[in-house]
Amino acid sequence: MAQASGQQHPISVYMWIWGLLFVFSFFSYMVDYLDFQGAMRWSLILLFMFLKAGFIVGIFMHMAWERLALKMVILAPPVALCVLIVLMAVEADYTFLTRIEFFGELAPLAVHH
Amino acid sequence: MSEAALTDTGDILPEGTRGIVADFSADKQTFQVPWGKAMMWFFLLSDTFIFGCFLTAYMSVRMAARDAWPVPSEVFALSFGGEPIPLILIAIMTFILISSSGTMAMAVNMGYRKDRNKTFWLMAATAAFGVMFVSMQAFEWTKLIVEEGVRPWSNPMGAAQFGSTFFMITGFHGLHVSAGVIYLLVIATRVKRGVYEKRGGNYEIVEIAGLYWHFVDLVWVFIFAFFYLW
Repeated sequence: MAQASGQQHPISVYMWIWGLLFVFSFFSYMVDYLDFQGAMRWSLILLFMFLKAGFIVGIFMHMAWERLALKMVILAPPVALCVLIVLMAVEADYTFLTRIEFFGELAPLAVHH
Repeated sequence: MSEAALTDTGDILPEGTRGIVADFSADKQTFQVPWGKAMMWFFLLSDTFIFGCFLTAYMSVRMAARDAWPVPSEVFALSFGGEPIPLILIAIMTFILISSSGTMAMAVNMGYRKDRNKTFWLMAATAAFGVMFVSMQAFEWTKLIVEEGVRPWSNPMGAAQFGSTFFMITGFHGLHVSAGVIYLLVIATRVKRGVYEKRGGNYEIVEIAGLYWHFVDLVWVFIFAFFYLW
């Protein structure tokens, strides 16, 4: 039961989202150019990243208009990826602390942030 | 007709969560999309896990390294005679990929309107943007390897693991972009030649190719954020 013509939307939808993607990219670049630091930097980077990703998947890749079955099958498994990320972050942090404890602090390299 | 309507939902599938049950318990097919589209989505899901593993590995390696990580805005800065502009090449590459996503979305739209000529040129434009992107990435690699001395096992700027993670992640992404360029050009020429017109005027293949291309852009969004900005 294929939908022969696909669900067509006015091209203006894509144009608006396209413009938004440029705007978010510009803001992302500005975060680095204006040298934001710390929590502000990370939260802004992540915010614009997820906004861009969301619009690309939802609108450009048409997911917003797909049936829930397809949405779930594609979008739920990456949640498992998030679990992996959390686990690996915990382990990497432990590895770092263990290295410090057993090998000592390294003399800081001449790289300033 | 009214009797059937009492017990038979006919061809109308319920929406929402009841729709999930209806879809998965259907007797002929689960996903109410062309099989090519479903299969492309499944492939993209697997690719998400591939890139997810690479990016997670990068995170682990960077967090666990005692050495300071090279500062991307300094490593990837270009100077045009005067002050170095941080990340300018990467910013241009990002804009190029976003432009290509826009031309691809327009190509899909034109495909469904059966405008073969516009579809071809928009897909060709998308591919051209892709070629520009890979060329700039190749330039970046050359600069890092030849001028900056970055190797997979060491570099003069900071943690030794920077090179391997950078080349692995951007290398795989660049490979996907290159494969996408070829894929787009193959489909575009088939559209132009009228192959899909002969097959009943079905241009879903343009949308399917579009899904792959948008995925390539999507991966770049994450690489841009996690590798270059962080």
